[in-house]
Order: sequence, then structure tokens, then C-alpha cells
Amino acid sequence: MIYMSVVYLGSMFSLLAYSFYAIDDFTGMIIREFTLKTYGQLLTPAHREIFIRTASIAAVVTVIDVIIAFPLAYYIAKFSSSRLKTWLLIGVTIPLWSSYLVRVYAWKLILAKEGILSWFINLLHLNGPLDWLLSIESIGGSSLALSPIGMSIVFVYIWLPYMIIPIQTSLERVPASLLDASSDLGARPFQTFRNVILPLSFPGVIAGSIFTFSLTLGDFIIPLVLGNSKFFIGQAVYSYQGTAGNVPLAAAMTMGPVVIMIVYLLIARKLGAFDAI
Amino acid sequence: MTNTSTPAIRFDHVSRHFGEVKAVDNVALEIRDGEFFSMLGPSGSGKTTCLRMIAGFDRPTSGQIFLYGWDVSNLPPYERDVNTVFQDYALFPHMTVDDNIAYGLMIKGVSKAERSKQVDEMLELVRLPGFGNRKPSQLSGGQRQRVALARALINHPKVLLLDEPLGALDLKLRQQMQVELKAIQQRVGITFIFVTHDQEEALTMSDRIAVFNEGKIEQLGPPSEIYETPTSAFVAGFVGTSNLIGGELAKRITGSEQVFSVRPEKIHLGSAGDSPDSNMVSVDGLIRDVIYLGLYTRYLVQLDQGSDIVVIEQNLKTTSMDVLSAKGQKVRLHWHKDHMSRVGG
Repeated sequence: MIYMSVVYLGSMFSLLAYSFYAIDDFTGMIIREFTLKTYGQLLTPAHREIFIRTASIAAVVTVIDVIIAFPLAYYIAKFSSSRLKTWLLIGVTIPLWSSYLVRVYAWKLILAKEGILSWFINLLHLNGPLDWLLSIESIGGSSLALSPIGMSIVFVYIWLPYMIIPIQTSLERVPASLLDASSDLGARPFQTFRNVILPLSFPGVIAGSIFTFSLTLGDFIIPLVLGNSKFFIGQAVYSYQGTAGNVPLAAAMTMGPVVIMIVYLLIARKLGAFDAI
Repeated sequence: MTNTSTPAIRFDHVSRHFGEVKAVDNVALEIRDGEFFSMLGPSGSGKTTCLRMIAGFDRPTSGQIFLYGWDVSNLPPYERDVNTVFQDYALFPHMTVDDNIAYGLMIKGVSKAERSKQVDEMLELVRLPGFGNRKPSQLSGGQRQRVALARALINHPKVLLLDEPLGALDLKLRQQMQVELKAIQQRVGITFIFVTHDQEEALTMSDRIAVFNEGKIEQLGPPSEIYETPTSAFVAGFVGTSNLIGGELAKRITGSEQVFSVRPEKIHLGSAGDSPDSNMVSVDGLIRDVIYLGLYTRYLVQLDQGSDIVVIEQNLKTTSMDVLSAKGQKVRLHWHKDHMSRVGG
């Protein structure tokens, strides 16, 4: 507990403290005085745009991950034999064994203009719709690899295991007798799914979405390698505390995702995500 | 009770095999309308599989199951007019007591006002008024049990299935619930099928009992019949304690080597040399052990012919000093001829 509070909370508090400092514009030195000036800078249009872009991509990635992960997790938890289950779970986690950076660069090649995905889309004669998608101002780009669409695809892929595992665990914990009881009381399979399975696995969905959402919020490598050159929160933090030496601004920017996550958890609690825990 | 009315449940040569294992093996059974019927047996005897097949959670490998004359063998649980009280209660943890009880009505599309009226009636019936807003996790075992019962009964099922529902309760509460369950059954008039491994529970509540062993019904009858005249060694041993006597001794007493059983409490301890009347059977032996149990005393008597017999006598006049001093004494045991039951084999 002590270790936890010193190492985890201690660093969080020092971050919080720094975010209330500011740097002297002239000398570049940190002035150790309480000020809200740094937070004021976050409200400039450029920073606001970074927050909105990052948060909306994180939200989209999370939603897509839930949609992909739920059926998979459901199959693993409720329909597969214990042998198959082991293999499927290994399959889900295998990508985590290889370097994250390698996988990101691999995706860059897959999504590149002459990459395998474009080749495949060409084969299906779908390059018309693809070009149309890429021509949309806010999500497009010169190729999939250099567009927010491509970036989102990679985010979805990279964080998918973090969504599958918690959902699968929560489904696993729903006792079979509850499903029997629901069906015994007249509920058809879909009604049982909606009234019993879904609410009871909701904590798993929330847990998974905390991973995918916060990991996307804080990531700075995928937006660096893929996508257009527009900044993510992570990249901004990286450049402010590195090249620019503006630690207070970087700290204040980091507080952004923290606040977003707190708001998110409060909403989740309000929706009853933690009632069954 | 008329045998001409349609039985609530009829098993027509029902089997359920899991691979090589015959969980239920060619069972034929009729359960009457409105009776409290118990399926009694050790774990793995097939009683729970029978219950699950009536509920629809499991399907027979062969044979048919009829619910008031309708073949329901292959209907899913949600199309059968039966409800179940589960061993672990299976209350929905994310719903309040009210919502749990109203679940079946909600699925049927009953209006909210009507639902809440019926839920209140049910809470009254199971003596939990005012508990509607609690979550199952805030209830004691006995209270959860009542909620589970209310959740099933609110749907007015044709048959109510109870899967060892009292197993998780402590002894006092269990005895109280036994009485209460029986009273509720008589009030609502629904056929109850009760699965248990507790012979006392089955004897207390049932109109009739089916004793299961290895996927088959060993004996079926009212509690007194099951207890007084067990027809197999298994039933004699499983329901209460029993002395099984066979071989030479049996031949001397009954004229045949066929095994019979005598309940320990039917045997009288007399002093050596007593000569009882002609309706009584008597054998000689030596008291090997005495266990004083307050209400009664258990004697282990070694017969001159070799086998041991358990005798139970109520401590009506005797004190612990009296009975414990009996150890090592020669005695003559006698019991009435009517209290012997042929168990075959």
C-alpha cells in the first residue's frame, strides 16, 4: 500500500503540482508559483483541437473494439470447449508477445498505397469507395497509412485483446444457472441476452473500454508512424516536455486525459456498470 | 386422488445418457396433479437429471415426457409451463427483489401496475413484505430462498420444480422452511416436485417419494411405505438406518435365506431368557457398544450367530448411568414379525 501510494500517487501529485506552475516566456525557466496560466493555454483553439481529435478517435476506436470483441468473447466464454477455449485465448494474446513497434510498422506497410490492403481492395474493384473515403477532409489522407482511418484501424487492432479479455472474464463469471433461470421464466434466448447477459457483462465492457480509451488517449507512437501529421495529446506532451522544455504545459496536458477518464468513470457508474460487482 | 385424471408429469421410458454413463435409465413415472412429490437419492442417482429434463434444460436421449398429457420432451424451457427454484437460487444479482420476482411477468408483457400488484401479493405469501427494493446480495440465505420461490410461483406454473432448495440453509431454518413449503404448496395447490438427498426432508414433506439409485427408481410410494416396508437393500439403507439380516440367521427366523430388514427402533432389548409371545421373533446377543444420545440410546449388539445389529431405545425412564452400564451384558432381542421387510437379493 505504501509502495503503491508513493510510486503511483506520488508521481501523479508531482505531475499535478507541476501543472500549476508556468514557464517564464523569456528565460524558459520554470517559475515555481501557483498559477492557472498554463491551464489557460490549454484553452487555445490549437490545443482544444488536439483534445477533441484525440478523444473522438479514442471513442470511435473503443466503440469499434466493443463491437468486434463482444461476439468473440461471447463465443470463447459460452460456446467453446475447454480445449478450444485455451487455443482461442492464446490466439487472442499472441499479438501481445511481439513488439508493439514492429506491429505498428507492419501495419504501415499493409496500409501503404502499394500495400497488400490496397491490392486486395483493387482486386475487389472497391478502389472507388476507398478513394471517396480518403477524400473526406477530416478522416482522409493521401493513403490509408497516412489517414486517421488507417490510424484508427491500427488502434482497433492493437488494443483488441485488452477489450476481449475483460469481456470474456465477465461473461465467464455469469453463472449458467442464471441463464437457465431466465429461460425457465419464459425468456427467449435474445431476451435472456438483453436482460441478463448484457447487464452482467457490462462491467467487463467498461473495464475493456477503460483500457482501449485511455491507451488511445495516451498513445503517441501510432499517430507518429501513421496518420496525418496532426498532433495527438501524447505527441503534444512528448514534444512539450522534450524539445520545448515546457514541463508545466506537458503536465497540464496530461491532466486532460485524467480528467476525461474520471468523467468517463463517473458516467459509467451512473449507468450502473459497477452495480453487480 | 383419482387415477383417472391426467397425471401432471408422465415419464414414458425416459433415458438420458452422457456418453457411456446412463444418468437416467429407462424411467417410467407418473406424478399426480396437485401432489408434493419427492425425488430422493444420493448424488449421481439421476434425480437432478430427471428434474432438468422436466424443466427443459436437458433433453431425453430416448423416451417422452408429458406435462398434463402434452409431449414436452423437445420443447425449450421458455415454452414449458413449469418453473424452477434452483439450488443456488439463481437470483439476478443486478435486479432488485421486486424486479426478480416480476421477471416472468415482465417477459410476458404484463403491465407495470399489474406486475407490482402481483409482486406485493407474492412478497406477502412468502412473508417478505417491504423487501422489494433490496438487492439479492442484501438478503440472508433463507430470504433469498423465499424470493426464488416467489419468483417461480408468480407465474402460476402447472408444476413447480425444486432442486435441493433447502440444502444451503442451516438446520433450524431448514426445518422451518420444510413446514412453510408444505403449507404454501397446500395453499396454492400446485404440483411440487422436490429433489433432495435428505431422507428426513423427503419423509417430512412428501405425499409420495421416488427413491433413485444409479439412474433408476428403486421404490415409489408414500413416506410411511418407503420407511416401513423398503423393497430393496438400497432403500432400507438409504432411508433411515436399517439392519439387514440374511443367510443362516434369516433361515432360522423366516425359513428362507432371503435378506430382510428391521428398523433399529422396532427392536426391543430384553434380558436373556425372556420368552415373548408367538408373534415376536427373538435372537440372543451381547451388547458390544452403547452410545448415549440424550433423546435415545444406540446399542450395538453382536448376535451369537455373528452379525451386528443396531438397536435404538428411547430414554424414557433410563439415565445415562443406566444405559452405559449395559455394555457387555447378554441380551435377548425381539421384534414383531410385521416389522420385517423382505428386501430381496
